[in-house]
Amino acid sequence: MFARGLKRKCAEDEEAAPAYSLQRQSLLDMSLVKLQLCHMLVEPNLCRSVLIANTVRQIQEEMTQDGSWCVPVPQTAGRASRDRLVSTEILCRSAREGARPAHDPGDPASELQVVPAAQAPGAPPGGVWDGDGPRENRGSFHKSLDQIFETLESQSPGAVQELFSDVDGSYYDLDAVLTGMVGGAKSGQDGLEAFAATAAPSPSAGCKSDLGELDHVVEILVET
Amino acid sequence: MDLMVEVSPRRVFANGHTYHINSISVNSDCETYMSADDLRINLWHLAITDRSFNIVDIKPANMEDLTEVITASEFHPHHCNLFVYSSSKGSLRLCDMRAAALCDKHSKLFEEPEDPSNRSFFSEIISSVSDVKFSHSGRYMLTRDYLTVKVWDLNMEARPIETYQVHDYLRSKLCSLYENDCIFDKFECAWNGSDSVIMTGAYNNFFRMFDRNTKRDVTLEASRESSKPRAVLKPRRVCVGGKRRRDDISVDSLDFTKKILHTAWHPAENIIAIAATNNLYIFQDKVNSDMH
Repeated sequence: MFARGLKRKCAEDEEAAPAYSLQRQSLLDMSLVKLQLCHMLVEPNLCRSVLIANTVRQIQEEMTQDGSWCVPVPQTAGRASRDRLVSTEILCRSAREGARPAHDPGDPASELQVVPAAQAPGAPPGGVWDGDGPRENRGSFHKSLDQIFETLESQSPGAVQELFSDVDGSYYDLDAVLTGMVGGAKSGQDGLEAFAATAAPSPSAGCKSDLGELDHVVEILVET
Repeated sequence: MDLMVEVSPRRVFANGHTYHINSISVNSDCETYMSADDLRINLWHLAITDRSFNIVDIKPANMEDLTEVITASEFHPHHCNLFVYSSSKGSLRLCDMRAAALCDKHSKLFEEPEDPSNRSFFSEIISSVSDVKFSHSGRYMLTRDYLTVKVWDLNMEARPIETYQVHDYLRSKLCSLYENDCIFDKFECAWNGSDSVIMTGAYNNFFRMFDRNTKRDVTLEASRESSKPRAVLKPRRVCVGGKRRRDDISVDSLDFTKKILHTAWHPAENIIAIAATNNLYIFQDKVNSDMH
């Protein structure tokens, strides 16, 4: 599927460059989602979080050096973001149906609901890929990465909201990632099994509602 | 006939750690021991449960600056003032408790320079040391990272003196292993009594042994199907293309849910303990079994 360890290919190879950038973006997306899921655990694995965060930083640095925050040709971008729109919408629709009526700010499922709103049909899908975008994106990206460790310490329910309020939703190619993660759930130690397990009585009252909701979301993911 | 074992705690050393504990190691003085979590190492007296001394603290003032954690630690087998700890960036720090109360400055830093030809986004993750063990002689250290085991000489900090590939065929699959989280699996390693053979676990219920003198290695399997009492373990082989023998397993049919993370070797005899999921296997060599 992926090139051997995603090594840097020769710049002269026109065909390979976009493929490498796509793979790199995909790895970045995957890593960010992993970090997000890490953070949702009652007892996050610090070593794993640090390693993933370092990987994200590495990718970010390379992308900064390349000057490439954006890569795909406009039509690919449109198609890709529309795909994301569909997948996250389905996810949120199911979650919403089963969700409690009260809107909990720390509710991870509500975070997912934010994404399609940001990518409403009216908004240009190419907005993410603007030339101006990079600095902005880099800023919010950087901030979210730094905030991750702060919030790992604080573990407050509102922290999730805080953490991801600035991050551009288009980073999350949830479809591809979640397929991978659900497929790997059997073998992964820190994977989705951990969520199901932590849905049981948890020490912190604030986290309990989050985990209950998350458990429900996990069921939906597994079913799809 | 099932044996039921019931345990009761004799002493509880509470409130010493904020983060997940990854190692404990009893000192050669048999009076103290240390416990390590992701960011700190504490020294305890075996008989005193309500007090400990913090001897290593790598927590940054600002958690946003955190890029490295402690992954394993162990006391030196003979010098009760020396201990080593490993990090998620693949480095080893040998510390001397007599040098300072807080051992933030290492006496020696063991680190292998990165191989530029193998560089990838996963380089750091696979360099993270999951286990470190002193040799019985006290002269060497054995470390395990994701793809290799390495032997280090305490007198040489620049690089390991020996490197053994545990499952190099996984190098081209790192992205998938990152995706399914297997790349974060932490394998242990072990020395035999004479420090001539080293052992570590792998996937598919395989474990590997490397003879440091003959440079020969073997892959064995710990599973109910292939282990009847008194049966001799048959060497296994993972084929990576090319000629395939009858009992070879191909890389793509390896079961990554069957991982042997914990292995131990008897300090004097050739008896090993292998933990495979929820089963514990004890193997001994034929010589031993004839004697007993």
